[in-house]
Amino acid sequence: MITLQHVLVLSGLLFTLSVAGIFINRKNVILLLMCIELLLLSANFNFVAFSRYHGNIDGQVFVFFVLTVAAAEAAIGLAILVVLFRRRRSINVAEISTLKG
Amino acid sequence: MNATALNPSLLLWIALLPLLAALIAGLAGRVIGRTGAAAITIAAVTAALVLSCIVFRQVIVLHAPVFDGPVYTWLISDGIRMQVGFLVDSLTVMMMVVVTFVSLCVHVYTIGYMHDDPGYQRFFSYISLFTFAMLMLVMSNNFLQLFFGWEAVGVVSYLLIGFWYTRPTAIFANMKAFLVNRVGDLGFLLGIAGVVYFTGSLQYQDAFGAVDKIAGGSFQIIGGHSWNALTVVCICLFIGAMGKSAQMPLHVWLPDSMEGPTPISALIHAATMVTAGIFMVARMSPLFEGSEAALSFVLVIGATTAFFMGLLGIVQNDIKRVVAYSTLSQLGYMTAALGASGYAAGVYHLMTHAFFKALLFLAAGAVIIAMHHEQDMRKMGGLAKRMPVTAITAWVGALALIGTPFFSGFYSKDALIEAVHHAERWGSGYAHWALLLGVFVTAFYTFRMIFMTFHGQSRMDHHAEEHFHDVGWDMKGPLVALAIPSLLIGLFTVGPWLFGTFFEGAIHVRPDHDVVEAAKEEFHGVVSFALHGLMTLPFWLAAAGVATAWYFVLKNPAAAASWREKFAPLVKLFENKYYFDWFNENVIARLSRGIGNLLWGVGDRGLIDGALVNGSAKLVGVVAGVVRRVQTGFLYSYAFWMVIGLALLLLWALRAVLGGAPLGATP
Amino acid sequence: MNNTLGWPILSVLVWLPIAGGVLVMALGQSRANLARWLALLISVAALVLSLVMYQHFDGATADFQLLERLPWIAPFHADYYLGVDGIAVPLILLTTFMTIPVVIMSWNSVSDRVPQYLAAFLVMEGLMIGVFAAMDALLFYFFWEAMLIPMFLIIGIWGGPRRIYATIKFFLYTFLGSVFMLVALVYMVLKTQDYSIGAFQNLPLTLLEQRWIFLAFLAAFAVKVPMWPVHTWLPDAHVEAPTGGSVILAAIMLKMGGYGLLRFSLPIAPDAAQELSGLVILLSLIAVVYIGFVALVQQDMKKLIAYSSIAHMGFVTLGAVLAWRIVASTGSTAGVAMGLDGAMVQMISHGLISGAMFLCVGVLYDRVHSRQIADYGGVVNTMPIFAAFAVLFAMANSGLPGTSGFVGEFLVILAAFKANFWYAALAGLTLILGAAYTLWMVKRVIFGAVANDKVAELKDVDARELLVLAVLALSVLALGLYPAPLLDTMRGSIEHLTQQILATKLPLP
Repeated sequence: MITLQHVLVLSGLLFTLSVAGIFINRKNVILLLMCIELLLLSANFNFVAFSRYHGNIDGQVFVFFVLTVAAAEAAIGLAILVVLFRRRRSINVAEISTLKG
Repeated sequence: MNATALNPSLLLWIALLPLLAALIAGLAGRVIGRTGAAAITIAAVTAALVLSCIVFRQVIVLHAPVFDGPVYTWLISDGIRMQVGFLVDSLTVMMMVVVTFVSLCVHVYTIGYMHDDPGYQRFFSYISLFTFAMLMLVMSNNFLQLFFGWEAVGVVSYLLIGFWYTRPTAIFANMKAFLVNRVGDLGFLLGIAGVVYFTGSLQYQDAFGAVDKIAGGSFQIIGGHSWNALTVVCICLFIGAMGKSAQMPLHVWLPDSMEGPTPISALIHAATMVTAGIFMVARMSPLFEGSEAALSFVLVIGATTAFFMGLLGIVQNDIKRVVAYSTLSQLGYMTAALGASGYAAGVYHLMTHAFFKALLFLAAGAVIIAMHHEQDMRKMGGLAKRMPVTAITAWVGALALIGTPFFSGFYSKDALIEAVHHAERWGSGYAHWALLLGVFVTAFYTFRMIFMTFHGQSRMDHHAEEHFHDVGWDMKGPLVALAIPSLLIGLFTVGPWLFGTFFEGAIHVRPDHDVVEAAKEEFHGVVSFALHGLMTLPFWLAAAGVATAWYFVLKNPAAAASWREKFAPLVKLFENKYYFDWFNENVIARLSRGIGNLLWGVGDRGLIDGALVNGSAKLVGVVAGVVRRVQTGFLYSYAFWMVIGLALLLLWALRAVLGGAPLGATP
Repeated sequence: MNNTLGWPILSVLVWLPIAGGVLVMALGQSRANLARWLALLISVAALVLSLVMYQHFDGATADFQLLERLPWIAPFHADYYLGVDGIAVPLILLTTFMTIPVVIMSWNSVSDRVPQYLAAFLVMEGLMIGVFAAMDALLFYFFWEAMLIPMFLIIGIWGGPRRIYATIKFFLYTFLGSVFMLVALVYMVLKTQDYSIGAFQNLPLTLLEQRWIFLAFLAAFAVKVPMWPVHTWLPDAHVEAPTGGSVILAAIMLKMGGYGLLRFSLPIAPDAAQELSGLVILLSLIAVVYIGFVALVQQDMKKLIAYSSIAHMGFVTLGAVLAWRIVASTGSTAGVAMGLDGAMVQMISHGLISGAMFLCVGVLYDRVHSRQIADYGGVVNTMPIFAAFAVLFAMANSGLPGTSGFVGEFLVILAAFKANFWYAALAGLTLILGAAYTLWMVKRVIFGAVANDKVAELKDVDARELLVLAVLALSVLALGLYPAPLLDTMRGSIEHLTQQILATKLPLP
């Protein structure tokens, strides 16, 4: 039987994976965006899991909000990415460090 | 109202007329022109002189009551009413007449002396302004106005010494004069503050009435030692007099003040302003009488100045400087008389000195003009034949100065020395001998000057010879006008003024201090006083001085040179004026600038601005520079720090759970 | 409501220059000349209004007069509350009086962004009057801080080469001090539930509270005065500021510190002031002596006058805190009011004299574009009229009797003598030092032979400059020869302040 623990472990793995992706990835901004999506997904997993565990629908409602935000974020993120590429002919993360102090 | 009572508005006009004339000549100088400026100031000073004489007659002859009243209230602070007002008694009227008379002579003399100067109107404006300030000083009935006049004459003196403002020496001398005077003024101001401390009033009468109260007080100035308040107050006031009346060591400005035009040397630096200190101490006699220590201080300072400054006159070759050192020395005589409680003698000498010293200065000025602005006596000689009026009047002045019997200077000086002789306070023995030796010195340098200038062979160079011209009567007139009182005033006034009741009520002497009264016992009429003078030590000392001068200057000039060789170190000391100037310029002035640079460079710019102000700005910069390295600009490092932070927060939030309590212990 | 006039004159005095300033600014650079005339009109109107205020003011009582009170921020109990007493009236008169020369003297010397320049001064005039007239602490603080903005802009835009450094230094310095004052104000508001200054003055406080409040206020006011050692912003600000900025800074802004001391520090925390008066006296005497020496070696005329300002303001702080020492030394209160009188007179007189001195430097700077003493010499040869004024103001600066510079120093020295001989002696050193640095500068700049070609080509003052300098000279002389009206104006308030200072706020043991 799949218990709450199983789901949480999976969600934790997904979360770790996405964070590791953000840390380790030094090449590509697209990959970054995907990792962020994955991060949000792991959160969604938890929402659903707890919703079911508590027998409460609130968590699943929240998932929809998160998905909406994620979609909007992806859209804006990709748009910025396109502009970025047009201006700098590159989406290499290592080259984007204008905010360096 | 008493028929003889003084009219306040009359007094006011005496002071204001010269002020108005000065303002007109100064502000509208271009409009009224040279003649207009001269005419209006001379008219105003003449009017002031006439009015002063009227007041003099009212006070002295008609015995009008002493006038002591306010003109207007300057301000009221803390219940103390500070007023401008007049006190007119015998001392005041004497000063008023002397000031306006000498001022008038100098005004007239200026017409000739400054004839070719572009600053003609300005000069008249200044000397009229000076007359106003000096009158305010002597007519004051309170310390405030006294201080006003005191500083105002100082400023006019500053302006006049620097009258030829393009000369570096002149503008150095005027600043020096002002600053040295300011040193004295600091003392003076503290003295005034001391009076206010005890009386809560600036009026003379309140101060004089509170002598016992002040004498009963004390100040703790250094450590726990307590000083008698009256002594402190009197010494502070006298420090002011030391500045204005050029007593050692605050005398250094007076010789340099000779950079100014000669008429003002006569008016300001001989006859009137420099005697303000003497006048002030005499005016404050009720205070000074209460303090033996202060009087001893005055006596010693005066006697020291009288003798040692006279010595310097011997080695000078500039005709004006000889007279200047003579003035210093004579001021020392007056001061010594004050210190001996012989106020009347000091003030009397002030009066006679004003005439004969102004005369000597104006005579020197006439010589200088005749020689086409040559002041070096080594280039003169034999002038008596070519400018006889000047020579005769200069002889009168010189004989008066050395105290020849029957001349005015004799009466004042002899009485003065007698008064000091009778004094019994600490320092009076020293003072008496210093003054006696000073008589010899005075005679020596005075006649050295007379002989070098007017007698012997002419040493004029070609240039001076070509331009030589005797001066006109606009300059000779004042010489004659001053020669008359220099010759005669003693004969007529010594009895009633010095030994009579003239100064009664104006000058207060405690009976046991009254040295003039003691000297009076030897006074049996004017003529016998003078005849008796022929047999006293001062006369023979003076005669010896004249003879010495004659020997060295006319008879055997070679001896003078060999004597100079013999006493070379002494001559060097004299020529360097005891190194006072050297000390002031190299030690005091340099030290002040050094302190200034140190405080500015190290204190202000180094410590406060550098370390504290800009230092704290720099600290912020350094901290920011370190912290900004965290800001790499890479998203992954931000994410990393976020996660670390998140983890730490989580740990902190869960510390209770992780601290040992088993999971699920809480329902 | 005690307003004998029937209309809110103080509000008009505050807001007329501000509104006028906005109007002037709206004219734009293309109508610069119109802007100048309008600015002159407004500043003259403000002077006339302040004279009307003076006319309706009764100096015999200590009461605040011409009151106006409107609710402002009701939940905080903060009111729009204006009123004047004998301490504020002379300072307001000084403010309106000194703004006019600034407007007139900018006629020739400022050509860049003229409307903005004039607007800044007019707005500042209104705000400064607001500081002196505010009786509500929040309103006071508002004016106090708002005043910095125009001055910040004036130095920062129209200043010299290092203007940015100077203006930021000026702003941060004064702001830092003011923040502490805000803390003290907030503390007292929390205790009284009221923003009125009168309530603060009546608030009983323990010694510890007073100590902290006094120090917090001292931080704000010492910077403004400025007292040693927080004075170093002033020389920089003066040197970089345009002439008008220097004039207002020296003539009025510095007076804020002295005013604050008399209005807040002393009446609110008298016991702490008694305890800490030794510190203030020490700092004041250091200001007189130390700064006197520093001024002696300055090579820049404006810097020299700036340092001389610090030394002269030392008399203000000295006179303000002598009270307890006088009582301790003589056992009577005679002399206490004299010190306070002296401090007030010194403020007014310094406003006139330092303003005039800076204007004189401005006259020279407009012609030669240098402030260095070494670039001048023998100015009297080519500018005799100017030289006469310069010497007069220099004499006033060195405290000559008959000029206003003497009155305040005289009163403070008399009072200081009552406290301690050495206080008077050290303060009196200014007689020597003040004369030394001022006259040395005069000697090097004014007197002597013509030093260089630029001096040889100088033109004497024009009619506009002559008018300004003559009016200032007359006022310096008038105040020196007849200061009684000034003293009469503030008598009631000073007496009241004396009582406030000497009464303890602590419970009797």
